[in-house]
Amino acid sequence: MIQILVRYCTLFILTLLVLAIISFSLAYLFPGDTLENLTGLVPQNEIQRAALERQFKLDQPYIFQFFYYVGNLLTGDWGYSFTSGLPLREEVGIAMPATIELATYAMLMALFIGIPLGYYAGIRSYSTSDHLINSASITTYSFPVFWFALLLILVFSLQLDAAPLSGRISLLYNIEPVSGFILIDILLSDVENKTLAFKDALSHLALPTFAIGAIATASMIRITRRSVIDVKHRPYIAAAISRGLSSWQIFFRHILRNALLPILPLMAIQITTLITNAMIVETLFSWPGIGNWLIQAIYQRDYPALRIGMMAVSTVVITLTILVDLFNRMIDPSREKYERATV
Amino acid sequence: MSHGLVKRLSLCICTALLVASCAKQNKQAFYNTGIIYCSESNPVTFNPQLDTSSTTSDASSHQLYDRLLDFDPESGRIVPSLASSWLVSDDGLTYAFQLRKDVWFHNTRYFTPTRNFNADDVIFSIDRWRLRSHPYHYVSGGRYPYFESIGLAQNIASVERVNGYRVEITLKRRDSSFLANLATDFAVILSEEYANQLAQTGTPGKIDELPVGTGPFKFDSYRKDHFIKFLRHDNYWRDQMEDGPTIDEALSYNNTVESANQEVENGQGGEDTVQDGTAQNGDETRPVVEQLIFDITPRSSLRLAKLMTGECDATAFPAQTELEVIRAKEDLTLAEKPGLNIGFWAFNTQRPPFDNPDVRRALAAAIDKNTLLEAVYFDSATRAKTLLPAASWAFQNDADDTAYNPVLARKLLADAGVKAGFSMTIWAMPVERSYNPNATKMAELIQRYLRDVGVEATIVSYDWTTFRRHLQEGLHDSVLIGWSADNGDPDNFYRPLLSCGAIPSGTNRAMWCSEDYDKLLNDALQTDDIEERTAIYRQVNRLLYERLPLVPIAHAYRYQAYRNELEGMTINPFGGVRFGGVKKAL
Repeated sequence: MIQILVRYCTLFILTLLVLAIISFSLAYLFPGDTLENLTGLVPQNEIQRAALERQFKLDQPYIFQFFYYVGNLLTGDWGYSFTSGLPLREEVGIAMPATIELATYAMLMALFIGIPLGYYAGIRSYSTSDHLINSASITTYSFPVFWFALLLILVFSLQLDAAPLSGRISLLYNIEPVSGFILIDILLSDVENKTLAFKDALSHLALPTFAIGAIATASMIRITRRSVIDVKHRPYIAAAISRGLSSWQIFFRHILRNALLPILPLMAIQITTLITNAMIVETLFSWPGIGNWLIQAIYQRDYPALRIGMMAVSTVVITLTILVDLFNRMIDPSREKYERATV
Repeated sequence: MSHGLVKRLSLCICTALLVASCAKQNKQAFYNTGIIYCSESNPVTFNPQLDTSSTTSDASSHQLYDRLLDFDPESGRIVPSLASSWLVSDDGLTYAFQLRKDVWFHNTRYFTPTRNFNADDVIFSIDRWRLRSHPYHYVSGGRYPYFESIGLAQNIASVERVNGYRVEITLKRRDSSFLANLATDFAVILSEEYANQLAQTGTPGKIDELPVGTGPFKFDSYRKDHFIKFLRHDNYWRDQMEDGPTIDEALSYNNTVESANQEVENGQGGEDTVQDGTAQNGDETRPVVEQLIFDITPRSSLRLAKLMTGECDATAFPAQTELEVIRAKEDLTLAEKPGLNIGFWAFNTQRPPFDNPDVRRALAAAIDKNTLLEAVYFDSATRAKTLLPAASWAFQNDADDTAYNPVLARKLLADAGVKAGFSMTIWAMPVERSYNPNATKMAELIQRYLRDVGVEATIVSYDWTTFRRHLQEGLHDSVLIGWSADNGDPDNFYRPLLSCGAIPSGTNRAMWCSEDYDKLLNDALQTDDIEERTAIYRQVNRLLYERLPLVPIAHAYRYQAYRNELEGMTINPFGGVRFGGVKKAL
C-alpha cells in the first residue's frame, strides 16, 4: 500500500513539475517583451528596465529564475494581475471554488440521476425503456454544451422568465466568501434574508448546473449501462441464476458492486470534461468562475494571470484525477499491485 | 413501464426549475431596497475630475458627489446645488458663491467626517486641478483632462475664501461658459478633511479609489469586471431640505451676466437668472433605495437579457439593433432624447500623410455618410455637418458638408502623392457609445469605401483603457470616436475636441493644433452677445471644413432602457446617469 502511495506521490509531483516548467516558459513564449509580459509595466528607460529586471530576477540564468518561480508558487506569492491590480492568489481563490462548486453539483446530478438510470437501462437491456433511455442519453451527450446552455437561457430565462441568467446570486446580497461555495457561504453568513438568499442562489445555480449536469448524466448513463450489461453476461451471474436466486438478490449481491468497479476509472476521465464544460458554461452564464476569469485574462492579455490560471486549473484536474484513481485502486482488489500509476 | 419512466425523468428535470420559479414568486420588499444598473465598463477612477469617459462619470459624478451648480435635466438651465446662490460682478470676472450649510460628507468605514461642507472643500477641489503646486495635484497622475482641454485652470486667477460659507472666484479673462463648466459632471466637490486625513496617513492616492463626497450614495465596494456597490447616504442634504431652503439674504441679486447662452437655448433670455435653493428640493431627489449596484456587463446583448429577466433595473447604452426589442416589451421603458453628442472620424494630423488637408479631404470624400447612418445607427441619428448638434443654439443649418465623391477622392490622393495600395489604420473604439453604437461595423464599412479609392485600411482595437492610452500617445492613423457634451455651450464641443490645449489632455483625437482656430474660440468667449458668438462659430465651421482635421459623422439620439418598476428615472442630456431620487416598486 505504501508503495502505491509513494508511486502516486511521485507521479503527482513530477506532473506538477512538468506543468511548472511549461507555465514558466510561457512567459518567454508569449509574444512581446518578456519583462512587459511579466510585469505589465513599460519601462521608461534603461535604468528602470534594469531595476525591474533585477526585481523580477530576469537578469539571472533561466534555472535560477525557474527556482525562484517555483519558490513563489509554493509560498503563495503568485504575483499580481495587471488588469485588476489584485493578488492573483486572491483572484484564483475566489474564482476557483465557484467553478468547483458548479462542477460538484453537476457531478452529484450525474451520480444521482445517471447511475440509477444506467442500472435500470442495463438490467432491462434492449427493452423499450432501455432504448428510450439510451437514445435520450446519446442525444443529450451529443449536444455541444454551449449550444445547450444557450438554449436553456433562451427558453427558461428569456421566454419563461423562470430563472436568472447570470451570476451566482443577486448582487443585492452581501455574502462574504468563506468557503467559496455560495450555498455554504450563505448558511455561514449573517445576512437577514437567509432563506431568500438561499433561494436566489439556487435559482441562479439551476440552469448552469443543469446544462453541465445533463451532459455528464448522459455519459454516466451510458457508462453504467454498458458496465451492467457486461456484468450481466458473466458466468457467475449465470451460476447465481442456476442456484435459483431471485432477480433482486442477483442484482444486490452480484451486479450492483461489480458493475460499479469499471465506472470509477471512467469517472476520473469525466472530471476533465466536466471542468472544461463548467468553464465554457460559466462564460455563458457570467458565472464568476475560473473559466470566465481566464477568458477575461486572455482578452486583456494579462499574462501573469494566464500563467497562474493555467497552473491552477491543471493542478486541480490532476489532483482530482489522481485521487479518484488512487481511491479506485484501494477499493478494487482485482487490480494488480505492481501496476504503474497513471494520470 | 416506459411511460412511467419518462414521467419520472421529466419530474427530476423539472424539480430544479421549480425551485427557481418559487424563488421568483417570493420576490418581496427586499428587492425594492436596491437598484441594479447594468453598466458597460469599468470606471477608470472614482473621481470624475481625472477622466472624461462617461463610464467614469456615470459611476461617480451624480452618485457620489455634488457640484456647486447643476443643470436642470428638463430645461438645461443652471440651478443651485451646493452653492445656494451666486453673484457675478459687472465686468464678468468675479463670481461669488454662497454655499449651503448643513451639507454632510459620507460617513464610511474609512472616513468619519467631523465637520460639514464649507468653503475649504470648494477651494481644495478647485485648487487640486488648478494649481500644479497643490499637494494633491500630482496624486493619481496629475492629469485633469476636462479642465485641461478647456484651459480653465489658466483662466482662474484666484479662488478665495470670504468666510466659511462664501467663496469668490476671479477669472483673468471673461468666460461666458464658466458657470456651465462648474455644473458639468467633472467639477465635483471633494472633502478637504478627508484629504488631510489621507495625507497624514501617507496614502493620498486613496482619495480617488475610496471616494468621499456629498452625493446621494456612498461608496461601498468595487470589484473590477464584476460590480460597484453603493450604499444610501443617510445624511444627504437634499433629504433634509423639507423645512425649506435657507436662502442667503445677504447677497443682493443685482447681476444677470450669468450664462446668457443657457437662457437663450431655452428661449428665456433676459430673465433674472440668479437662483435660490427652491428649484429642486425635498422628496424628489431623496434616495429611497438602500443600495445602488452597478453590475458591470460589457456585452450589450447580455445587458438587454438581464434587463428582460429583471436582473438589472436599468441598463446603459442599448444597442441600436435592440431598440425594437425593448419597445416591444411591455414591462420595459425606452426613454429617448436628442443627444448633445457628435460621432466623428478623426485623422492623426501629426502623422504624414494625414498632415495634408487634401489627403484628409480625399478620405472624407471617399465615404458615404448616409450609408453609415443607416447601417450603424439604424436612422436613430442625424447627419452631422459640423461638430454642433441641432440642439445647440449655435447650430448652423447651412454649414458646408463633405459629399460622397470617390472620383474626387482618387484625384486628390493622386495629387497629394499618395500611391495606390497605401495602407492606414482605422481605430475602432471597443465600447458602444450613443454617438457611435458600433464603431467596428462602421470601420468595416469605411474600410470598404477606402478600398474603392485604393487605400488599404486595417482595423485596430484594444480594450477601452489601453485604447485610450494609445490614442493619447498618438499611435493611430485615424480613429472612430466621438464626444458627448457636458453642457450645452458650443465651447464644450469646439475646445475639447480640437484646440491645441486639448492635445496633451487626450481629448483632441486629431492631434490638430491651429492658432487661427484657438483665437476664434477665445474671441467667442469674450462676449455674451449670442449673435456675435454665433457669427464667430460660423467662421470656425468654415475653417474646420477647409482643414478637415476630422469628419463629423452623426449626432445620435440618447437612449436609456429601464424596467417600469423604476420611478423617477430621467435622461440627463448633459452627462451621466443619475440615481438620486429614483424609487423602485415591484
